[in-house]
Amino acid sequence: MGKYIVKRFFISVVTILVLITIVFVLVRLLPGDPFSDPLVPDEIRLRMLSYYGLDRPVLEQYGLYMKNLMQGDLGYSLRFKGRTVNRIIADSFPYSLDLGLRALFTAAFAGLFLGITSALNKDKKWDGLTMLIAIVGVSVPSFIMASLLQYFLSFKLGLFPVAQYRSFMHTILPTFALSLGTLAVLARLMRTSMLDVVGMDYIKNAKAKGLSQFQITWKHQIRNAILPIVTILGMTVASLLTGTFVIENIFAIPGMGKHYVMGIQNLDYPMISGLTIVYGTFLVFSQFLVDILYGFIDPRIRVDKKN
Amino acid sequence: MSDIMSDVLGLVDIPLEEFGVLGKDEYVSEVVNRPSVGYWKDAWRRLRKNKLAMIGLCIIIIYTIMAIIGPWMTSFSYRTNYLMETNIRPNAQHWFGTDVLGRDLWARVWVGARISLFIGLVAALVQTFLGILIGGVAGYFGGNLDLVIMRIVDILSGIPFLIFVILIMMVIGSGLFPIIITFAITGWLGMARLVRGQVLQLKEQDFMTAAKAMGASSSRLILKHLIPNMSGVIIVTLTMRIPQAIFTEAFLSYIGLGVKPPMTSWGQLANAGGQVMQVHPYQLLIPAFFISTMMLALQLFGDGLRDALDPKLRK
Repeated sequence: MGKYIVKRFFISVVTILVLITIVFVLVRLLPGDPFSDPLVPDEIRLRMLSYYGLDRPVLEQYGLYMKNLMQGDLGYSLRFKGRTVNRIIADSFPYSLDLGLRALFTAAFAGLFLGITSALNKDKKWDGLTMLIAIVGVSVPSFIMASLLQYFLSFKLGLFPVAQYRSFMHTILPTFALSLGTLAVLARLMRTSMLDVVGMDYIKNAKAKGLSQFQITWKHQIRNAILPIVTILGMTVASLLTGTFVIENIFAIPGMGKHYVMGIQNLDYPMISGLTIVYGTFLVFSQFLVDILYGFIDPRIRVDKKN
Repeated sequence: MSDIMSDVLGLVDIPLEEFGVLGKDEYVSEVVNRPSVGYWKDAWRRLRKNKLAMIGLCIIIIYTIMAIIGPWMTSFSYRTNYLMETNIRPNAQHWFGTDVLGRDLWARVWVGARISLFIGLVAALVQTFLGILIGGVAGYFGGNLDLVIMRIVDILSGIPFLIFVILIMMVIGSGLFPIIITFAITGWLGMARLVRGQVLQLKEQDFMTAAKAMGASSSRLILKHLIPNMSGVIIVTLTMRIPQAIFTEAFLSYIGLGVKPPMTSWGQLANAGGQVMQVHPYQLLIPAFFISTMMLALQLFGDGLRDALDPKLRK
């Protein structure tokens, strides 16, 4: 297990370093420099370049960039005068975290619930209905779902606030729109997994021992069926996170995703590279934690990885 | 007991001598009465029975045909602004109405379909090709090459797909071909892993050893034995990639990295519609309907295809 953790950790760290390097190279590859406006006199331009270290050899720049990153300094936003990317992230992170956690819990609980109940009622009406919800959830892109919900439920019927993020009522639509896709994937996977497990010998054994149906389902079937779900938790976090890009825009939530998309539209490079690194690091480590968690829960995976 | 039996069978009065061999034709007994059913035909038969998959296939075919002929069915061009006729609701002249800049939405929806479907198909094909090439090389030759390739895949696939796509698009710009190139660069990882796994599995099987023993060259082994045996899994993955690519393109268009106007795509139409949805909801609802039904159709068809082609999932 120790060796497995070390190996996973090593790969995660290398992944983050590669990501940072890619961000560095891509940003340097962009045509022009931040001060190439023809109105800027040459002297000022050169001074600015030397001030930001852009006139030095690329390798030295890379070293400086890494050094700043290690100190947690992501630089200044080009769009918001005098605000550091760190400051912007610190301001917007709580909103994204709040929305993300709400969506994660909604997707996990509702998805697993739907998956389990539909497997237990296989080929009945409830199963059909659940799988219909699941297939719609997978098919309708989150930004379309969000726009439709906003139009019909908020704008037409006035059931929910149209936008912003202030009270519990404000959170319902964004949470639902963000979680629907993940919810659908989880429900489908859980259903398949439950049906895979139901024919196993240990279920028959439990039945033969005379356990009640409730105990068999709860203690044996669900516990075993949930194992494969853990592997896609990392992917789930990633899709929720990238989902916030559009959901935060549609509902005017001042989170990181909104800043990321605005950064892209305004070509605010420090903002984009800073947020990319933060997102990337966060996701790589959540994947790392999921892998470790899975290694603990299911010892078979450690053996499989070796072969 | 035996009396009853012979009564029932009406054999009572037939003497034993009457029984005899009427003649045996080796040729006739060996004739196959029904046409033999190969892998593809078998799969097609199973797919045809799957109603949902067939509905999906019909929708895909209809949308594809409409993408080809749709823009020609109306006299309005997708890029001409009829500035006197902005934001007109669907009517007899403009079947889907016009947008904020007075462009005919019917034409735009189907031109957008061309772009979305083209991106979906080409991106999926390029990803699959690269995946087969790289995964195949890693799996077939093995050793250090395999180790290096798979480490690279491990590390790159740690980077979230969309973030990777956004970064590359920032540098090479937005537009039709940048999108396809970006999807190709970022999308081959999963396919390479899948193909490598398949190759490793197939490599050890008896038919491969037999072919090798009979002196088949590497290229023959790969082209004639490995690839045909993987084709089911590859096609299923390919079909699943198409909606993913369309989805990603729509997402990129939505955040402003898609194809450049006046060219359009379904994602961009939905984005443009979303901005005026409170006043002109049809501008959002129409593209939303087409994206969603197309995704649904591809999903249903892909599921059906997987059930039909992948023997491992057949139960």
